[in-house]
Amino acid sequence: MSDAVAVLIVMTIGTYALKSVGPLVLGARSLPVRVQALVDLLPAALLAALTLVSTVGSGASISIDARLVGVVVAAIALWRRAPFVLVVLVAAAATALVRLLA
Amino acid sequence: MPHTDVVGKTAGDLQQAAGRRVIRRQAASIIAAVAPFGIVFGASAATAGFTMLEAIGFSALIFGGSSQFAAAEILGDGGSIASAAVAGLLLNVRSLAFGVIMAPALTGAFWQRAAMSQLMIDESTAVGTSTTDPALRRYGYLCAGLGVFVVWNITTVLGHLVFSDAGDLINDLGLDAAGPAAFLALLWPRLRQRPQLRTAIAGAVIALVLVPIAPPGLPILAAIAGVVAAGRQTPAVIEGAGDE
Repeated sequence: MSDAVAVLIVMTIGTYALKSVGPLVLGARSLPVRVQALVDLLPAALLAALTLVSTVGSGASISIDARLVGVVVAAIALWRRAPFVLVVLVAAAATALVRLLA
Repeated sequence: MPHTDVVGKTAGDLQQAAGRRVIRRQAASIIAAVAPFGIVFGASAATAGFTMLEAIGFSALIFGGSSQFAAAEILGDGGSIASAAVAGLLLNVRSLAFGVIMAPALTGAFWQRAAMSQLMIDESTAVGTSTTDPALRRYGYLCAGLGVFVVWNITTVLGHLVFSDAGDLINDLGLDAAGPAAFLALLWPRLRQRPQLRTAIAGAVIALVLVPIAPPGLPILAAIAGVVAAGRQTPAVIEGAGDE
């Protein structure tokens, strides 16, 4: 079994459990306020870490390369309220351009 | 025919029909927005070495955009099964909150609730909570959920097809920057709120510091500690300045 399949099985079961607790178990009850606050914050920490690590991470080392330019351009596009598809496209284009010129 | 009280039903039906039209329009724009993201996931999965079947398995069985990305990213970077799965699952913890919010509108037999649960994602919850009427909430949830499910899986296949044999092409086209740009796009709307911004900064710093010393995948997991750091600051900071 490949690593991807192992992760697929664990995540399928775990994710479905998370998705179905409300409709199957809780019904009309709600979560405690503290738990709700934590649930609201988790994605921010994870997504920020993923953004940064996938921008400058390279295995177990940090490497500043053309990707960083792409992500900075993506940030500018987001700041200018560009739609998702444009954000991804300009990031890729900027990165490709830097590599072409380097 | 169930419609016996003709006058009453007609007024109610008209209102429902109008509500449904608005909801279908909302759902359509959200479904369209998912397409490019699906293609990027398909490409990322290919880059991480997933077979086509594995990529489809992720999109159909897990069906949780950012978590699929995270797991592919970590595995592609040489991370362990455990760190990829745990990071992915942590990103899906919010589905628990969505389920709690949507549950009152998702009534029915056990198998119906079980089937509807699979569609518990950001998009279906967003459309499902855009109205207060329980029937319309359910309608919006199902429209957006089913629509995204179909488009997400088709675009995953497309992305994987186009980029599976294209190692150099991915670099030449700058597609390795598409992943981080997508993560940033998902993060962006959250940064407007101070506690979210603090959590994001703390998480990013923790992860970055750990990259050179921890095995791949672990820095992402450790970033959740950012929640604690930023959370503790919240009350003290809010006291002084007029927090919006």
